[in-house]
Amino acid sequence: MSDDAVKIPKALDGVGSWLDDRFHGARGVKVLMRKVFPDHWTFMLGEIALWSFVILLLTGTFLALFFVPSTQDVVYHGSYTKLNGITMSQAYASTLNISFDVRGGLLIRQIHHWAANMFMVAIMAHMLRVFFTGAYRKPREVNWLIGIVLFTLGMLEGLFGYSLPDDQLSGAGLRIFEGVLQGIPIVGTYLAFFLFGGEFPGNAIVPRMYIIHVFLIPGLILALITAHLFIMFWQKHTQMPGLGNTEKNVTGQPFWPYFLLKGQAWFFFIFGLLAVLSTFAQINPVWLYGPYTPLAISSASQPDWYMGILEGALRIMPAWEINFLGHTLTLSVLIPFAVPLGIIFTGAALWPFFEQWATGDRREHHINDRPRNAPARTGTGVAAICFYGILWAEGANDVLADRFDVPLYTITWIARIAVFVVPIGAYFVTKRICIGLQRSDEHMLTHGLEIGIIKQLPDGGFVEEERPLTPAEQAVVGAKKVPVALPAPGEPDENGVPAPASRGVMGWARGVANRAFTETALPVDGHGNGHGGNGHEALGEPEHAAVGAGEPAESGEHDGEEH
Amino acid sequence: MSEIEEPAGPRRVIGTPSTAPRAVDTQEKPSEPPLISDPPDKAHASRAERVVAALFVLAFVAGCGFIAAYIALEVGVGNIPPGANPVVAAFRSNLALGLALSVVLLALGTGSIIWVRHLTPNIEIAEQRHDLRSSDADRAAFKSEFADGAAISQVTKRPLMRRTLLLATAPLALAPLVLLRDLGPLPGTSLRYTVWRKGLRAVTLGGLDKLRPSDFQPGSMITVIPEGYQDDPNALAKAGVILIKLEPGQLNFPDRYNGSTLIASMNWSIDNSLVAYSKICTHVGCPVALYEQTTHHILCPCHQSTFDATNGAWVIFGPAARPLPQLPLMVDSDGYLAAASDFPQPVGPSFWERG
Repeated sequence: MSDDAVKIPKALDGVGSWLDDRFHGARGVKVLMRKVFPDHWTFMLGEIALWSFVILLLTGTFLALFFVPSTQDVVYHGSYTKLNGITMSQAYASTLNISFDVRGGLLIRQIHHWAANMFMVAIMAHMLRVFFTGAYRKPREVNWLIGIVLFTLGMLEGLFGYSLPDDQLSGAGLRIFEGVLQGIPIVGTYLAFFLFGGEFPGNAIVPRMYIIHVFLIPGLILALITAHLFIMFWQKHTQMPGLGNTEKNVTGQPFWPYFLLKGQAWFFFIFGLLAVLSTFAQINPVWLYGPYTPLAISSASQPDWYMGILEGALRIMPAWEINFLGHTLTLSVLIPFAVPLGIIFTGAALWPFFEQWATGDRREHHINDRPRNAPARTGTGVAAICFYGILWAEGANDVLADRFDVPLYTITWIARIAVFVVPIGAYFVTKRICIGLQRSDEHMLTHGLEIGIIKQLPDGGFVEEERPLTPAEQAVVGAKKVPVALPAPGEPDENGVPAPASRGVMGWARGVANRAFTETALPVDGHGNGHGGNGHEALGEPEHAAVGAGEPAESGEHDGEEH
Repeated sequence: MSEIEEPAGPRRVIGTPSTAPRAVDTQEKPSEPPLISDPPDKAHASRAERVVAALFVLAFVAGCGFIAAYIALEVGVGNIPPGANPVVAAFRSNLALGLALSVVLLALGTGSIIWVRHLTPNIEIAEQRHDLRSSDADRAAFKSEFADGAAISQVTKRPLMRRTLLLATAPLALAPLVLLRDLGPLPGTSLRYTVWRKGLRAVTLGGLDKLRPSDFQPGSMITVIPEGYQDDPNALAKAGVILIKLEPGQLNFPDRYNGSTLIASMNWSIDNSLVAYSKICTHVGCPVALYEQTTHHILCPCHQSTFDATNGAWVIFGPAARPLPQLPLMVDSDGYLAAASDFPQPVGPSFWERG
């Protein structure tokens, strides 16, 4: 500490000593206080999810004090007089009670619902950030997988949450959920009967969803968030490329006091935004929907946004049902339920391992990629966004048809075609844009940055002035890891025989995938030590093992550029 | 290691450029540089402090306002003055509480961020990463320790004990699943049948009125339920029916069979113009509630499966794979509409055992 160090108050000192006598914590907590948190705006996305979850726990606990998870019928006589005399479940009546008879109840209910949406938005944005910057790479694959599980759990938690009030809209959602369960081969009917305690709707589903919603899934989410944060802490953060950032360090500001202040500010901002939304933007006005009855439905019934992809997938699917050995296989339910989310989640889960397989890169990565420098990955990510987005928008096709005055079936047909065509197109367009950006980067590195001043030469010609990049800019623009090309399938290696790994169908597939990764990442020219020139002869499969975890083979590029 | 970084100024410059030295990252030992506790520009910092303090005072005032609004703005019948609108009272309370809470939180957030951005010196430090992989010696030590423990426990040497232990735990692992058995009854054939039976009258959903064929005008559609089941959601969830009256001669469907079972017939309609279809969509079970008079299309609002009412509720668009089952109709001895039997095939979403 510097000269003007704060003198620790005696009371605090005493408490600290008392605790340290018992827990030996001084050294550990000191390390904790110096924990470095890199500073980049995208690193706040995951934090939004964390704080949203904290707010969900706080508001959910309040709601649980008043909510009655029961489908027992009651005749309503309360403050929402339009429903007086109507028979409804206690769940619905107690939700009305929270909204109109408990001071602050409506506010907390709306904050809870907005926070749930925010939680899922933040997880998705955080996952996209992690994907596009390659932050899931070794050694962070496990945390990536935990994130996918968290997103899935969040979907289920949200579905059960907004189904609890037993209003008309949520009942329709449950009916769809039950119908989808029935569509699962072999076990589907049993699953539906066991979850609902018999036929739909029954009386069991609300209390069962309640215990799952307030205990089981939140407990799992809490445990996984804890693991997620612990792993992040243990492995240390990734960092963006920048001056002084290497694979062997992590730079940023220490936890105490910077991150504590910033984290506190961010918590207040997120909570504040949710409070503003809940004050001015009504969400889920269940009193307008009425209690659930199985034969009523309102048009434009939409689930919360994160279930929109399932809704859209159900809507986009053409009728298809087959008889399989005397059993009904209802593919028009099964495919929308399993395939799109299966592609997204399974694809995301396998991606880090696929990338390792395709590039042969088993090194640790602590400096994030700029998305442009990994066009195969960035293109795939954009394709996935398009795939997800089209299905998601199709989930509101009736609203779109109404708003834009387009026939409903036309929208569905456009989506049916677009869901296949657009992601493929998006991949190639994105790849092109990435390559263009890489060329522009290379131009900046070799010629400098155009500064917008046009000079007229004595002979009448015009040139644009350029200035060389600053070291800080160079560190960002020049930070690029070019994956190594594997030998082409069947091509002899230095021993004159094709590498075993390049043979057969898998070898061919790996070659194709490898080229997608390597050919789009342009080597950094003009520095003589890029990988472009020496890839083939130097780096076959066996050599990858030699490029071990600790050896920052890519750092050579930095050296060349830093002055 | 060639990556020795240069000492550089702070990356983000706020206000006047900071001359605060950046912690130099040395290779020999983890860096433990002293932190500098004062911002470079004292006057700027003092101004910032006043802004932060003002925001915190604002948060205090708004927080008091929250408590005041809680006490002052009552909600709920019985608490608010007689004759006052309880919905308006709830919304007013929501507005006041929400506004106060928003101001508290945003003022705290803004104050905190001005604090950290303008009052704390902008310092970056570097932390060394350590190899995640344990050293070979540590790994070997771990392995031998583990193997020693296994040897001491005898687990490797006594297969009988090991295998019987696995045997003993297998039923225990299954027990939780077994315990879940009573969550619900087995489906049996319950999904195949509804409460409709011969002679059971159809009554309107809202008023529970009995219906005569002469009550219908061409183009009309109405939801009916079996008489006496209005308070049984489980029965209604399967037995809801839409009655559609068409112009004479519009019905054009032939008798249809599933295998040898007659599943739809012109003869089940009344006067060749009044037909009854299940209201439960054959896709995932939403009520098919929309009827377009001019095209005779029945539309499910959930996923837009569209059925042709004149043609045995044949699917003409959307994900539903089967027509809506038709309920055979008759007129009973008192002249009221009634079912001639249950549906000839299961209603609602498909299921594996449906066949």
